[in-house]
Amino acid sequence: MPLDGVKNIVLVLSGKGGVGKSSVTLQLALALSLQGKSVGILDIDLTGPSIPRLVGLEDAKITQSPQGWLPVSVHEPITAEESTSSASAPPRGSLRCMSLGFLLRDRGDAVIWRGPKKTAMIRQFLSDVSWGATDYLLIDTPPGTSDEHIALAEQLLTLFSTDPVIAAQSSLPRLAGAVLVTTPQAVATSDVRKEANFCVKTSIPVLGVVENMSGYACPCCGEVSNLFSSGGGEVMAQQLGIPFLGKVPVDVKFGELVEGKPEAESDEDEGDGNSEGAQQQDVLAEPDQRPLVEKYKEGWSYPRFEGFAATIISGIQATTPA
Amino acid sequence: MAPYVEEPNDEAAFAPTKRAPDLVAPEPEHCPGPESEQAGQGDACAGCPNQQICASAPKGPDPDIPIITERLSQIRHKILVLSGKGGVGKSTFSTLLSHAFAANPDSTVGIMDTDICGPSIPKMMGVETETIHVSNAGWSPVWVTDNLGAMSVQFMLPNRDDAVIWRGPKKNGLIKQFLKDVDWGELDYLIVDTPPGTSDEHLSVNSLLKESGVDGAVVVTTPQEVSLLDVRKEIDFCRKAGIKILDFPCHNRRGRRLAKKMGIPFLGAVPLDPRVGMACDFGESFVENFPDSPASKAIKRVVRAVGQAVGEDPEHVLPEEMVG
Repeated sequence: MPLDGVKNIVLVLSGKGGVGKSSVTLQLALALSLQGKSVGILDIDLTGPSIPRLVGLEDAKITQSPQGWLPVSVHEPITAEESTSSASAPPRGSLRCMSLGFLLRDRGDAVIWRGPKKTAMIRQFLSDVSWGATDYLLIDTPPGTSDEHIALAEQLLTLFSTDPVIAAQSSLPRLAGAVLVTTPQAVATSDVRKEANFCVKTSIPVLGVVENMSGYACPCCGEVSNLFSSGGGEVMAQQLGIPFLGKVPVDVKFGELVEGKPEAESDEDEGDGNSEGAQQQDVLAEPDQRPLVEKYKEGWSYPRFEGFAATIISGIQATTPA
Repeated sequence: MAPYVEEPNDEAAFAPTKRAPDLVAPEPEHCPGPESEQAGQGDACAGCPNQQICASAPKGPDPDIPIITERLSQIRHKILVLSGKGGVGKSTFSTLLSHAFAANPDSTVGIMDTDICGPSIPKMMGVETETIHVSNAGWSPVWVTDNLGAMSVQFMLPNRDDAVIWRGPKKNGLIKQFLKDVDWGELDYLIVDTPPGTSDEHLSVNSLLKESGVDGAVVVTTPQEVSLLDVRKEIDFCRKAGIKILDFPCHNRRGRRLAKKMGIPFLGAVPLDPRVGMACDFGESFVENFPDSPASKAIKRVVRAVGQAVGEDPEHVLPEEMVG
């Protein structure tokens, strides 16, 4: 049975590229996991998968089990008992990922596929991956409203229901809805409006809008200044009558967290590498071996996403029959 | 045993295309493409309801390609703007590039938006509400200024927010119409803005323009490793497709290193200027409004270098005194 053990499916959509779908997906997943939920991320951006890089597991590979493909584990769960006995960390759920990036031999390989092949790959992702018990499956999508989206919507809507009552009766996953990601600029919101229309046409409920890159959080004090415009996503959500989850400022620290250390400088450098060399020493001085989720908890963005995760959980649970 | 995706079949993807027949069912998973030379004969075709149609479709090159070549023969230079990653500023860059080319009143410039599902060019050009006029000569592009025309799917939508929910073949059909039916007249430069990724749109633009000759591609990136990763894929695509890479504008030294590693020219950094974003939101020309800003100067220098790369005299493209 496809997606056996998955309880809720949440799509992350945006009409526009580069607004931070993948980073919002990841942060949402981390925040959900910190609330004790087991989370899976399915990356269906086939020609530009970013999730493997963001979770720092570019070399990981998918393994095959009798039940199907096993997703790559980002961190293991800590149960409530373990948490009290070791006193090391609060309970958290597991986080696992599936992406085409894990299936490529070389990370620079271009996947040059036409529609039918992409559709087939997405069907395979939805049917052949053995997720096991998963509270929330987040699906990260490519920009646009084309083959990938049609395949995904078609497949999900024929298999699963968006209706909580029917979903509860069938013991199948519930297609809880979609989170739309935008940036404040009018150029981005005009494309995201198209995506909202896609949700209307396919009757996938919109859980909310996240306005990413809204202002700039100072890396020292976390104070937000509006270097660029702000509020565009909020206005759009109001006009379309869909819930607005909140704004996320540019968080340089999160960028560093997922970008990792700067690539080792070599003799290819063109002379002006002094400042970067100094920065690098800082990084090398304190190697941080903790899992991504622990480091993320200290960032400025976490409280915001904690709020979004709580809103989404309560929204979904409120409609789920006991 | 770890599962792998198969090596992409490059030969099939880049083979010259013939006309796509009308299908009676969706293409199967490993469909060689109804317009490919292997149509109806591949392994995946066994049992496909379309097999007969594909196999019996007239062989030989797509009859539309000579029409496209004829139509585009009046365009001196065709330049693709590519990037694997979304949101790195392909459309912003295309807009800046075309405005900067058009800053020389002696040049006529066209900009074609092949991003069917997320068109941004009309908004950035400030012509979002325009519509296309059809005449005997073909579809007339929307003229932003006297010497700058634009074409986008946005001009064809009844409502601004309508989503274009199309699969690949339908998008390809529209791109072909853009190339075949748009009456550009005589152009010095045609800038082709593409959607992110390496898929249908890119393959179509490439195969349809092969005959008429693409001058090359400008690959746009930002410094983040995530973005550079996707750009590597795009460069890989250009190599496989045989497109010459002209330039590589990026925002810092990391891009320069990648360019050097891959053996392609790098063209300096375009600094981030919030006013660029605002100019795009309001559909104004940044280059015209802020001619002396560092970003404007950088972009004009890119224009001169692009001009040089396609075999023009930089002084002729944009005289030095206009760069400032």
